[in-house]
Amino acid sequence: MRLAEHCYRSISSIRGPLVFVEKVFAARIGETVTLRAPDGTLLEGEVLKIDGQEVLVQVFGETSGLDLEKTSVTFHDAVKRAPLSRDCLGRIFNGAFEPLDGLPMFIPQRWEAVSGAPINPVAREYPREMIETGFSAIDGLNTLIKGQKLPIFSCAGLPAQQLVARILAQARLSGEGEFIVVFVALGLSYHEFSFFEQTLQQMPSRFVAFFNLAGEPVVERLLAPRLGLTVAEDLAFNHQMDVLVIVSDMTNYCDALREISTSREELPGRRGYPGYMYSDLASLYERAGRLRDRPGSVTMLPVLTMPEDDITHPIPDLTGYITEGQIVLSREMQQKGLFPPIDVLPCLSRLMQHGIGEGQTRGDHRQLANLLYQRYAKGRELRKLAAVVGEEGLLEEDQQILAFADRFEQRFVHQGEERRDIYASLDLGIELLKEFGMELS
Amino acid sequence: MKGVVTSISGATVCVDLRGLQLYDRVYVGHARLSGEVVHLEKQRTTVQVFEDTHGLSVGEPAEGTRAPLTVALGPGLLGGIYDGLQRSLPGLQEQSGAFIRTTRPLPSIDLEKRWEFIPSKRVGDAIVKGEVYGSVREGHLAHPLYATLTGELVKVAAGDVCLAEPLLTLKGGEQQYGWQDWPVRRPRSGGQKRPAERPLITGQRCIDFLFPLLKGGVAIIPGGFGTGKTVLEQTIAKFADTDVVVYVGCGERGNEMAGLLSEFRELQDADGRPLLERTIIVANTSNMPVAARESSIFTAVTMAEYYRDMGYDVLFLADSLSRWAEALREISSSLEEIPGEEGYPTYLGSRLASFIERAGVVETASGKSGSLSMILAVSPPGADFSEPVTQACLRSAGAFYLLDTSLAHSRHFPAINWTQSYSLFAERGSAFFRQQVAESWPQLQRRCREILQQEEALREVVEVVGMEGLQDRDRLLMHAAERVRRDFLCQNSFSADAYATPQQTLERISAIVERYDQALQQLDAGTLLSEILKGQDDAAG
Ligand SMILES: Nc1ncnc2c1ncn2[C@@H]1O[C@H](COP(=O)(O)OP(=O)(O)OP(=O)(O)O)[C@@H](O)[C@H]1O
Ligand SMILES: [Mg+2]
Repeated sequence: MRLAEHCYRSISSIRGPLVFVEKVFAARIGETVTLRAPDGTLLEGEVLKIDGQEVLVQVFGETSGLDLEKTSVTFHDAVKRAPLSRDCLGRIFNGAFEPLDGLPMFIPQRWEAVSGAPINPVAREYPREMIETGFSAIDGLNTLIKGQKLPIFSCAGLPAQQLVARILAQARLSGEGEFIVVFVALGLSYHEFSFFEQTLQQMPSRFVAFFNLAGEPVVERLLAPRLGLTVAEDLAFNHQMDVLVIVSDMTNYCDALREISTSREELPGRRGYPGYMYSDLASLYERAGRLRDRPGSVTMLPVLTMPEDDITHPIPDLTGYITEGQIVLSREMQQKGLFPPIDVLPCLSRLMQHGIGEGQTRGDHRQLANLLYQRYAKGRELRKLAAVVGEEGLLEEDQQILAFADRFEQRFVHQGEERRDIYASLDLGIELLKEFGMELS
Repeated sequence: MKGVVTSISGATVCVDLRGLQLYDRVYVGHARLSGEVVHLEKQRTTVQVFEDTHGLSVGEPAEGTRAPLTVALGPGLLGGIYDGLQRSLPGLQEQSGAFIRTTRPLPSIDLEKRWEFIPSKRVGDAIVKGEVYGSVREGHLAHPLYATLTGELVKVAAGDVCLAEPLLTLKGGEQQYGWQDWPVRRPRSGGQKRPAERPLITGQRCIDFLFPLLKGGVAIIPGGFGTGKTVLEQTIAKFADTDVVVYVGCGERGNEMAGLLSEFRELQDADGRPLLERTIIVANTSNMPVAARESSIFTAVTMAEYYRDMGYDVLFLADSLSRWAEALREISSSLEEIPGEEGYPTYLGSRLASFIERAGVVETASGKSGSLSMILAVSPPGADFSEPVTQACLRSAGAFYLLDTSLAHSRHFPAINWTQSYSLFAERGSAFFRQQVAESWPQLQRRCREILQQEEALREVVEVVGMEGLQDRDRLLMHAAERVRRDFLCQNSFSADAYATPQQTLERISAIVERYDQALQQLDAGTLLSEILKGQDDAAG
């Protein structure tokens, strides 16, 4: 045990965000370090690997001002921790947990390791209550449940950020409880940053935000979601709040992971992403959940951009393998002028089954969702067929279904500026079915 | 044997201990994190640590045990919920709360629990290693106890006992306990292997009727995300007609495990016992340590073998084997081994094959027949089935249930693709059902397949000319095929239809085929197609 800080001036090499330090006594894995550049700039880092007295440090922040001779490295004998307090509510921070809103830093009540600890599976409560996003395509057909992780898969150029901003502003619990949004933005352009800043300013202080801009250090992109989740866990499980964590854009996170992995000269996996990306993503996504016999919940809504619109790309693919469903945005729906441009066919909320129906949303919810989905799916299939054989080649009843599919997109999926509560969404569904002579039995 | 930690990279730790063997268990650090030896070199010994290494420092102590990773086997495993190292998860919760943190050692079996022991040997008798010396009642099963020692008995316990006390004392002072440790990576060979013969009834119509599995056989379920692997595995875990079920959540979701647990606590089997009492759950979720994920399937299969060797039918389900393979890959690459295809180590295939070999039917020494069947989910990246894990599994498995993303998107569940799936047990299975359920089983099976095949061919025609362009006979066939798909192959796990007996399965398919035959006759007799179809829909309700 050292129980003390140690300072060294023995950097042997610097490679991107990675710094090798020699002749270090008893460093710890995950230990935080501070680097002081010759010009006095302070940077934080974390110990990744130790081989005898040689230590590999990953630096959060810009390493371009560091040198081998004059830079000093202090080892703090503690792992990376986040400051926690209720007073973080309503505040905006950067990816290193420094205030961006001009106010002084709050006084922490406690500190927790940012890597978190896995929830014991037997301590989990199965999620069963809905969170209302105000969008019919989500609430009605792919309901978000408290404690769920449900990603949004977007394509480059689609209005994912607008959708996120709307959810930020209008999401609500369907039951009682204190509801908070933790918003983590990764690799934002300045333009997007000011857009979100405005959105937050219009919200009462039911949020905590972490912004990492595109020009800021890559390593902070790996850190920011962990800070956000550590805060979320504290608010949820120590302050009994229901916390929705929105992380946008996870594609920037994964690219940062790849960049660091490459500079560590690790063996690349599919498309150059590291082989441990599944486990790494799981270490974030699995922090969503509820605990037995304890109020509070962490729900996650990560947003990602599918490179080349490809859902089999490792980023959406591994995400889909960990999360409990997905909301998929599509170019086709965007071209039709729908907002949100959700393609409901590949969407799924796996926890919806137990979170809707009598006593939760409404008795007819499940049946209605099934029927809408089934008719629409059939309509989409017929649309493909009609493209080849023409509408005349279809049976008369099939032409009806085709018309229904169009109407469903324009009325149910599309909602522009409108916010619909769950009952409005369900009523609209029933109305649509009636219009086409399809009724719930 | 004591030494120190010399280097650390993530969960891969080098120590300066000498003279250890591969897979020996090692404890590292002041916190005594457990790990196993994965690499031996003259200069250093590499250990893969099963727990989070944050805070570990070089120079901290390391201790070698000269014994491999083992699991405890004995009465009381049923109903247990463990992590990949067989640590009791409820026990961990008691120790460290809702979040898993580094812990003190934890017994896997409750040694204080009282059992009613009925010995079958008396003082003065001799016992031979491997022989049964008595039994206890564990839930619905008689749990025979096998000797691990040989000798003459000088003391025999009876009645109310606990596992912390010896049950037998031998001449010379050796003591026989009711439980034992077994190295997880060494298969238990509990007798003579036999060919698989009896079907394992899953209650899934598509499987039991078209692609049956035999007790002792191995099936794999590959499918992209959201295609229904987990739901299918959990549904089968509920209804399968075996004595014991071992379910491994290997690198998957915590919420799924919570759902499984709460359901299995509430649901009852035919005799009114909670399902959990015939089930052993091993849960090493995706955010729990990777090395423990790798060992989880071995931990679980060793417990499964233990019950099989008593002459019981055991079903082993793993979700998902791909996560195990990925753990193997992560460990291999941290050891800087030369990678094979897709970065997996070159020994992936042989490792998998020898694991799958642990399934099968055995005849025990007492002449009973026990079986260990496996149903393994596989999660191919991008739902591309040509990847190494699916292919390696295919070489050893007897049944292949391919889950189809497009079927899942159209909410056809279970999304088993009927043209690409197969079962090498099909013939044996249908011979059995023909004998036990109905003479017509194989014939109906053929009809069902034909209808689906013809539909496939007609679909191509429809894509060109539309439904309107089809002849009446063909329209009837399309109609029948839809019935087969919607009313027979589909089976919603969240409804009362989640389980079907073979008898019910047969009735349902024969009703569909009969109605189709009637319709064909009506058409031949000159009835209008629209009228026939209307009548059919009414009949089907
Ligand atoms: N037999 C079924 N009956 C009804 N619904 C089903 C069935 N199988 C799957 N589903 C639906 O599909 C969803 C996804 O299924 P599941 O979680 O089993 O997928 P998976 O293949 O295990 O995916 P992953 O690889 O991501 O774990 C379920 O939440 C449920 O809504
Ligand atoms: Mg699954």
